[in-house]
Amino acid sequence: MSEPYTIIIGLEVHVQLATRTKLFCRCSTKFGAPPNTQTCPICIGMPGTLPVMNREAFALGLKTAIALNCQIARFTKWDRKQYYYPDLPKGYQISQYDLPFSQDGHLEISDPKGRFKPKRIGIIRAHLEEDAGKSMHDEVSGQADSKIDLNRTGTPLLEIVSQPDMRSPAEAKAYLQELKLLLTYLGVSDCNMQEGSLRVDANINLHVDTPEGKVATPIVEVKNMNSFRAVERAMEYEAVRHWEVWQETGQRLGQVPKQTRGWDDTAMITRGQRHKEESSDYRYFPDPDLVPVVTTDEELAAVKSSLGELPAQMRTRLEAKYGIKPYDSDVLVSAGQGLVDYYVELADLVGDGKLASNWVQQDVMRTLNEQKVEPAAFAMRPKQLGELLTAIQKGEIDTSRAREVFLEMVASGKSAADVMKAQGIEKVDESELIALCQELIAANPKIVADIQGGKPQAAGNLIGQAKKKNPNINPGRFRELVVELVGKM
Amino acid sequence: MSVLRQSATELLAKLNAGEVTSVQLTQAHLDQIKQHDGQVKAFLRVDPAAALARAKEIDDRRKAKKPLGLLGGLPVAIKDLLCTEGETTTCGSKMLEHFKPPYDATVIKKLKAADAVLIGKTNLDEFAMGGSTENSAYQKTANPWDLARTPGGSSGGAAACVAAGMAPLSIGTDTGGSIRQPAALCGVTGLKPTYGRVSRFGLVAFASSLDQIGPLARTAEDAALLLEVLAGHDPLDSTSVDVPVPKYSETVKQPLKNLRIGLVREHFGEGLEPEVEKAVRDAVEVYKSLGATVKDISLPHGKYGVATYYIIAPSEASSNLARYDGVHYGHRTNEKQMVAELADERNKLVAAGKTAAAEALDNPLVRMYRRSRAEGFGPEVKRRIMLGTYALSAGYYDAYYLKALKVRRLIRQDYDVAFNEVDLIVGPVTTSPAFKLGEKVDDPLSMYLVDLYTVSANLAGIGGISIPCGMSRNLPLGLQLQAPPFEEERLLRAAHMFQQATDWHQQFPAMVPKA
Ligand SMILES: [Zn+2]
Repeated sequence: MSEPYTIIIGLEVHVQLATRTKLFCRCSTKFGAPPNTQTCPICIGMPGTLPVMNREAFALGLKTAIALNCQIARFTKWDRKQYYYPDLPKGYQISQYDLPFSQDGHLEISDPKGRFKPKRIGIIRAHLEEDAGKSMHDEVSGQADSKIDLNRTGTPLLEIVSQPDMRSPAEAKAYLQELKLLLTYLGVSDCNMQEGSLRVDANINLHVDTPEGKVATPIVEVKNMNSFRAVERAMEYEAVRHWEVWQETGQRLGQVPKQTRGWDDTAMITRGQRHKEESSDYRYFPDPDLVPVVTTDEELAAVKSSLGELPAQMRTRLEAKYGIKPYDSDVLVSAGQGLVDYYVELADLVGDGKLASNWVQQDVMRTLNEQKVEPAAFAMRPKQLGELLTAIQKGEIDTSRAREVFLEMVASGKSAADVMKAQGIEKVDESELIALCQELIAANPKIVADIQGGKPQAAGNLIGQAKKKNPNINPGRFRELVVELVGKM
Repeated sequence: MSVLRQSATELLAKLNAGEVTSVQLTQAHLDQIKQHDGQVKAFLRVDPAAALARAKEIDDRRKAKKPLGLLGGLPVAIKDLLCTEGETTTCGSKMLEHFKPPYDATVIKKLKAADAVLIGKTNLDEFAMGGSTENSAYQKTANPWDLARTPGGSSGGAAACVAAGMAPLSIGTDTGGSIRQPAALCGVTGLKPTYGRVSRFGLVAFASSLDQIGPLARTAEDAALLLEVLAGHDPLDSTSVDVPVPKYSETVKQPLKNLRIGLVREHFGEGLEPEVEKAVRDAVEVYKSLGATVKDISLPHGKYGVATYYIIAPSEASSNLARYDGVHYGHRTNEKQMVAELADERNKLVAAGKTAAAEALDNPLVRMYRRSRAEGFGPEVKRRIMLGTYALSAGYYDAYYLKALKVRRLIRQDYDVAFNEVDLIVGPVTTSPAFKLGEKVDDPLSMYLVDLYTVSANLAGIGGISIPCGMSRNLPLGLQLQAPPFEEERLLRAAHMFQQATDWHQQFPAMVPKA
């Protein structure tokens, strides 16, 4: 981090809200239908039609904004953002301009790997708007036919605009991951980037150290990033490119028009997009077809109480209650509410948060992945897994054999006790264990000498021999006995 | 007396008594249209077969003693700004020459449910922009009282057809006076309801915050009957208000006691023709004789009404009309020709070495937008789109649009203050009787001033009614009554009182037969 500049990144995220119907009509929002089959006179803006707000969409927006710690406007209105485009049938988009329903919030981000310190990313505003349609056309040559699909037109979008608070591509990625996790926990969006239900635009520039102090380079907007990884890479690429341009031209913020660039994920570069002829004047004005929306104290209280536990609170709780590390709580919480529920039940049963965390993160998550099932649908319930872990805790089985038992439990659906019995695993009696230990000590004077000479790791050889004689021995207890008995010699 | 001179209320009584059938009534009005609409040009489209079939169906139900809606077989004409399912709805514009909406406007649904016989679609200024119906892309409507004169506008066809005995009832829309002014100039009764009283769903928007649908009829009683059908909350229009709808057709007959009338000082200034002023003052005397008291009041911001209106209405219009870009619907320019011309222009510029100019040419999409809109809209619509686009532009928004909104609030406050003292505001609708066709077409500003007395009600969102109150040079004159929001009942009762005491509403132009 010795570059003579600071990276400044702000993100604009558009999230499709998971409503059944569109924002201003009752058309379905389902993805993937044949083109123009989910439209009606209202969403295609036919003359004489009027929009009527979908209260469900507003409620989901409210829920999200409250979870993002935003101030909620008690009075908000709709505005028309006007521009011509073939996929915008009314010639304007219904959006929110100067009185968004929420603003001034924040989202905490942290990096379990410790690349940056936990920090708070400011949210400038979150507002609702309707989505445009999709067009595939060739407006330049005028030779090809243009095709327009208006199924998406009017789908509710929540636009979440962050402060330019991110200082590295890693922070940008962490912000997006935390935001997506929050939206998923709230159930307000499916956040599917491939289907376009979560879209990210980034604004980036540098604050360069110069003898006259920090100097800001021109802000560039980057689009077409189709994954969080792409955002991270595009930001890494842009930071370097900005630095090179700065060294070459010395251009400062305000000296050139704002540029828009598109990320090419194959070439791993950004490309300048065609300049608009002049800066857009959207001629915003209040939509006279819609009435202002008033939010009451009761509504706010109801939404707040419906939020449930959010990811950040959940991580803190898991760490405090079960003694696991931030890295572990992050893995568990990031995997979703279902896995957290599974973990909590298991940890409570076995009374050991760390043991439960290890098993859930490794064996359970791997199996869920292989079987492509959700934790709630996983055949091995926490109670059954808990029996196996309890056997470990009691010294009836060691971890590596327990893993084999786990696999057999998954394959056969049998209980831990049945599998252990079938495999002949049972706890070895303490006197039997002492006898075996004494026998091996007597038979291996050289190893004993090594242990006495200050090489306790030599006991491993004795454990190996013991396991050959009796696979059921508890290696931990056996090691203790070796040390104890050798010490008495 | 000819059915063409009878009120809808009288005709309905005859229908119910079996003295006349809906088919007969419809046929009589269709005959009048056939005979005189070639000159009046009130209708853009009439479908006699469909109207008669509908009338027959209603007659059959009446014969079978089945329940009928409030309008039980009365013919109603529809301004061609209202969407009618599967039927061409042009808005008086070339832009929508072939537009057939797949839905009925809410008021059309209500009219059908009330068993109206929809007799035809009436002419209007293109997208309701104008005060003379001369801005229609299809035809100029004439005033049945004098075919050289305008019927007013924009609901010129709607008013003219009632005056000419071509329909007993018709539906208009009023954004700045478009029901009341033509009603006054044609000598019929026209009511603009409170904003939100009638659903706007299916009304092709001109200025959404000002547009209201309302009835035109021969009498206040008829207007009450029709409003009762039209009014009410509609879940499809968020700006329609959920206020109970009184039984206007029943309460209209109850006279108002101790009526307090306000005369607006500013209404009687420069520009008002003496004969119009006299007719208004005579009307006030009639009210006095009916027990009303009169008070001199002031609406100090009314003088900014027209200026305010001509910022707000075009601003909204510029946005509402953006959808007519030739992509999804509306007129589209001949693409092949357009692309060929563009290529030709480019080649010529390149040949002349003007490569920068060639680069700066429109791309085909932009050229398609420009051409389609240039060809599809008439001059007045273009003028208002430009006015509105300008008023909403960055750097001008605060000085024009925002300022206009502030003045609009002051105009409303003036009314609130005035209505603390009086029940009704009474005054002229227009400064003069109908002007000549062509007289103002080249002078947009004087055309805009025809809204002088009517725009304030739209800006304030209150209701107003125009009723015949005199004649000047054999041309009708109108009296405007204005009331607080949702007091349509008061307007109608006061209008009915006046019509019980006078016979101005029973005057007909010569083309309406006496027998
Ligand atoms: Zn729709």
